[in-house]
Amino acid sequence: MTYAIVVAVTAILMASVVVSLNLTAGYAGQPNLAQSAFFGLGAYFAAVLSVQHGLSFWAVLPVSALVSGLAGAVLGAISLRLREDFFAITTVGLNFVVVALFKSIDFFGGATGIYGLPLPTLGGTSFTNDHFLVLSALLLGLVVLVSKVVRDSWYGGMLMAIREDELVASSLGAPVALFKASAFALSSLLAGVVGAVYAFFISSITPETFGFNQSVLLLSMLIIGGMGTIRGAIVGAVLLTLIPEMFRFASDYRSLVYGVFLVLVLRFQPQGLVGEDSWLARGAARLLRRSRSAPAAVTEVSA
Amino acid sequence: METTVDGLVIGSLYALVALGPCLVYGLLRVLDIANAAALTLGGYLVLVLAERSGSPLLGVLVGMAAGAVLGWVVQRWIYLPILDRGPIVTLVTGIGLYIVATELFRLLFGPSQRSAHVDLPLPDLHLGSVRLEGIDLLVLLVTFGVIGITWYVLTRTRSGVLWQAVAQDRHVAGAVGVNSPRVIAAVFAVGYALSALAGALLSVKYDAVYPTLGDIPAYKMLAIIILGGLGSPLGTIVAALLIGLVESWVVASFGFALPRDAIAFVALILMLLIRPQGLIPSRVVKV
Repeated sequence: MTYAIVVAVTAILMASVVVSLNLTAGYAGQPNLAQSAFFGLGAYFAAVLSVQHGLSFWAVLPVSALVSGLAGAVLGAISLRLREDFFAITTVGLNFVVVALFKSIDFFGGATGIYGLPLPTLGGTSFTNDHFLVLSALLLGLVVLVSKVVRDSWYGGMLMAIREDELVASSLGAPVALFKASAFALSSLLAGVVGAVYAFFISSITPETFGFNQSVLLLSMLIIGGMGTIRGAIVGAVLLTLIPEMFRFASDYRSLVYGVFLVLVLRFQPQGLVGEDSWLARGAARLLRRSRSAPAAVTEVSA
Repeated sequence: METTVDGLVIGSLYALVALGPCLVYGLLRVLDIANAAALTLGGYLVLVLAERSGSPLLGVLVGMAAGAVLGWVVQRWIYLPILDRGPIVTLVTGIGLYIVATELFRLLFGPSQRSAHVDLPLPDLHLGSVRLEGIDLLVLLVTFGVIGITWYVLTRTRSGVLWQAVAQDRHVAGAVGVNSPRVIAAVFAVGYALSALAGALLSVKYDAVYPTLGDIPAYKMLAIIILGGLGSPLGTIVAALLIGLVESWVVASFGFALPRDAIAFVALILMLLIRPQGLIPSRVVKV
């Protein structure tokens, strides 16, 4: 079943990007519609350096991480000057600018993209899909670990404070600039690494793969799953990767299904399917409580 | 000179599309991408009805009416219930709605480009060496007519005062007896009707309608309402005309240097770094 394993690897890689997006969009509350630009920068630098300059997979990984991380830091610096909505549209625009650069600069291979990335090798053996499955699972584990560390740390707490009220956070002495810029750098760095792995996995990339629609898809995954939660990021990414595959038999209606699903979830469950205080999360919490047969009276009050 | 005229015509179409979302932003602080669905709707209805009835005018009017209904439905059933969920949720919901609309158009009317075949009995205008095509003249007249009416309504009538009141503070306006939901519904209806009108003009001008007709205007209009200073109608119109002109000039003088559609966003990003409040910041809408 090569097809199933390809879908699985794609889903895991998407989940990794969405978990990284959660750092800025979820924890720090920044409307980031440019994550696929950083994902794409990582993919493009990996592709260019390996196809045109003969660097190995392992050598390009840190380069992709560095380039995307730096670009993210720049966006973070921009976010300091702009309030929410202005910043949201700036990130929308960034997608169009980055795709335009991919298309018009010769270094990036122009509108046709880059083909024929070599398979990575490990100890002399070329990667198979199984290797990619293990690698992407490890990568997801790494991104989740980083996110958990951030979330439970003083640093993550400050990011969430900025999300709740930037003015209060800064008046309490938080260096908001440093926190925002570093969150973007970290989130983009991780996305860049995933992009590099993705480029080697699908072995050919085109500019449009990393355009605005992909950024929307990534943010949709996060919102549908549940913004600000790692489980939400993973559930959303897996769902939105699998649903189009399940509707392959009705390929003409796939985008329609995606759009309708997106609107319905946002309209009726805007906190995400498994986000904080969603139906599923509340139901699961109730089940847990019942199985422990603890008195529920205390929690009822807070609702 | 021809380039300048072309830029003005394009710019005024942008203005027509961006005016609705600009007023909506003022009221709800929602960046409404779904508005561009009305543009495509207007384009298709003028085509279908011109074919069936022979009257493009009927198509335009029906398109505007359908746009108004769409706008009403979108605000009532989609946006208002999720308003307090924050800007990311409403923005992405709007994008989702737009995707649904595009897909429905594709399934209903087919994926390929359709020609409008609308011949308007309009004379070309010759001003010295410049030839102005009939449709361009019509676009300019309609847009500036709409802009004039909008300016009059916003500054000289009770409806305009109501818009300003709700834009300043929806809840306070409601508390002093302004029927905020009705103001919001009206602004959505008018904004979507204007987009449908722009779509009709666009499809007649370029003699083409396709399901993704609204794509580029959707994202460009966001850039334009921000360039103009969010929620500032005058700024939006100036920004729309400027973007139209700059695009035409850049394409005419450098040819291919940057894809035309990236120009608006490059301008936007530069502009925001120099003057984050926009060209002409709104005195009513505080961001």
